[in-house]
Amino acid sequence: MGEAAVVVEGLVKSFGDVHALRGIDLVVPPGTVVGVLGPNGAGKTTAVRILTTLLRPTRGRAEVLGHDVVRDPGAVRNVIGLAGQATALVDELTGRENLEMLGRLYHVSKAEAREKAAELLERFDLVDAADRQAKTYSGGMQRRLDLAGSLVGGPQVLFLDEPTTGLDPRSRLGMWAVIRQLVSEGTTLLLTTQYLEESDELCDEIVVIDQGLIIAAGTSDELKDRVGGDVVEFDVATAAEVGAAVEAVRGIGDGAPAVDGTRIGIRVGNRGSQLLLDVVRRLDTTGIDVSGLAVRRPSLDDVFLALTGHAAEESVNQ
Amino acid sequence: MTSMTYAAADTWVMAKRNLMVWARVPAYLVFTIVQPMIFTLLFRYVFGGAIPVDLPGGYVSFLLPGIIGQTAAFASMATAISLAVEVQKGVVDRLRAMPMARSAFLAGRLLADLARMTITIFVIVGIGYVVGFRFNNGFGPAVGMIALAIGLGFSVCLVSAAIGLWLKNEESTQAFGLIWLFPLTFVSSAFVPVQSMPGWLQAFANNQPITHVVNALRSLALGTPMGDNLWLSFVWLVGIVVVFVPVAVRTYQRVS
Repeated sequence: MGEAAVVVEGLVKSFGDVHALRGIDLVVPPGTVVGVLGPNGAGKTTAVRILTTLLRPTRGRAEVLGHDVVRDPGAVRNVIGLAGQATALVDELTGRENLEMLGRLYHVSKAEAREKAAELLERFDLVDAADRQAKTYSGGMQRRLDLAGSLVGGPQVLFLDEPTTGLDPRSRLGMWAVIRQLVSEGTTLLLTTQYLEESDELCDEIVVIDQGLIIAAGTSDELKDRVGGDVVEFDVATAAEVGAAVEAVRGIGDGAPAVDGTRIGIRVGNRGSQLLLDVVRRLDTTGIDVSGLAVRRPSLDDVFLALTGHAAEESVNQ
Repeated sequence: MTSMTYAAADTWVMAKRNLMVWARVPAYLVFTIVQPMIFTLLFRYVFGGAIPVDLPGGYVSFLLPGIIGQTAAFASMATAISLAVEVQKGVVDRLRAMPMARSAFLAGRLLADLARMTITIFVIVGIGYVVGFRFNNGFGPAVGMIALAIGLGFSVCLVSAAIGLWLKNEESTQAFGLIWLFPLTFVSSAFVPVQSMPGWLQAFANNQPITHVVNALRSLALGTPMGDNLWLSFVWLVGIVVVFVPVAVRTYQRVS
């Protein structure tokens, strides 16, 4: 496997009485995508700022490719890229000028900076807009240009802080495609997001963070298993039929069926398809009319609710 | 390359970037070129007739060094505002996560603003020549006058830079800039003889750097007696630089 790309141990960051991080441990193996998922104010951005040498931790240790972020920030800056909510772009410069300027600040020659900028514009589908001022770009194009800017220095580890926050759904899909391409080329990536779907789509491993603490970690499937896996759900027409329906499916799946109004849910672990057939057979013999029968995979919303006791969006609004 | 040459190269890249922005935003061009021209014409032809001065060449000779001093000081508003905006937008964070020299952000801004200010000063001298101003003291002192004006602009830029980095907000930086720059430049010898002010105001006007510098600019340009103005200007400007370089640098380092 080789050495880890990012190692974080016991990371604590306090701003006076505000404890943004309360002891975080994290390892990102090279070539993988780790998503840090949590609501606003969970500490995601603070963690990224420490890892990118912008903040000093109160306690604990963080290394990027073996370089300590406090003792050797210069070495860290040489191997990382950062893109996120804040942009490094200058609105009055063209896309090409922005990238060439950033290249110069990575201390490559003029010719190299020019070459790299052209290559990135091509790759991020910005060739047509390359010589227009960045302020004329759409939100999605600006994010792509900004992401391109974070790649000018050829980073080995890329940090993306909420790369799609504020983008419309189409631009978000575009960003996902670009990020997937980067990942397929072997870039190690740590991304933060408050979108459950996003971490589900992009990440090998997800770290769920809430109020400065990691409350769960694992693959998307592992996290989903923790809330009991798949659920077979169906609706009956009237409340009067609920009792009979529950009786009919009793014994299938794990535990007693859950009833919510006229909706009945049966936890089936990972045996969804097989147990769905059992449910169909039983209901068929009783002659109860059902609708909306389906196997539902738990979303990361369910995971978040199960882990924190509150929905992700709820705490966003707090 | 050594870290010093990196720092110089990065400062140059940042300065170039800032100047490109300046050249592309019409409003910035208006502030740095059209506004000083309007001021010059306004004072030369509208207010000037009502302001008696005892100088060969009349009010236009009095005015030009004053306008140059006032403009050099006011040019620092742009320094403060652009620094505040770039901190606010998070640009600084992104640049600091890169291997560029940290000093280049601030140094590049100051370098670009010095260039911008120099252009403005030459514009004013140009328009001054059109409306009757003449350097009467030879080439050397004229160059010295322009250098001293740039020195004034630079030291005020440092103060403004510290303020912009401290406030980190476009609107408050702008408001704050007006609060200290207006009294400093107008309650001075820039536009009217200090003797025309009430006594209590003269006390302030006579003992603040803009007055000393503007008086020195005037003597250099016109060959009138210098008095204590030149060395007092140096003391003020060097003092401001010595105090505000570390203040601005520390404020920049603490920006988060």
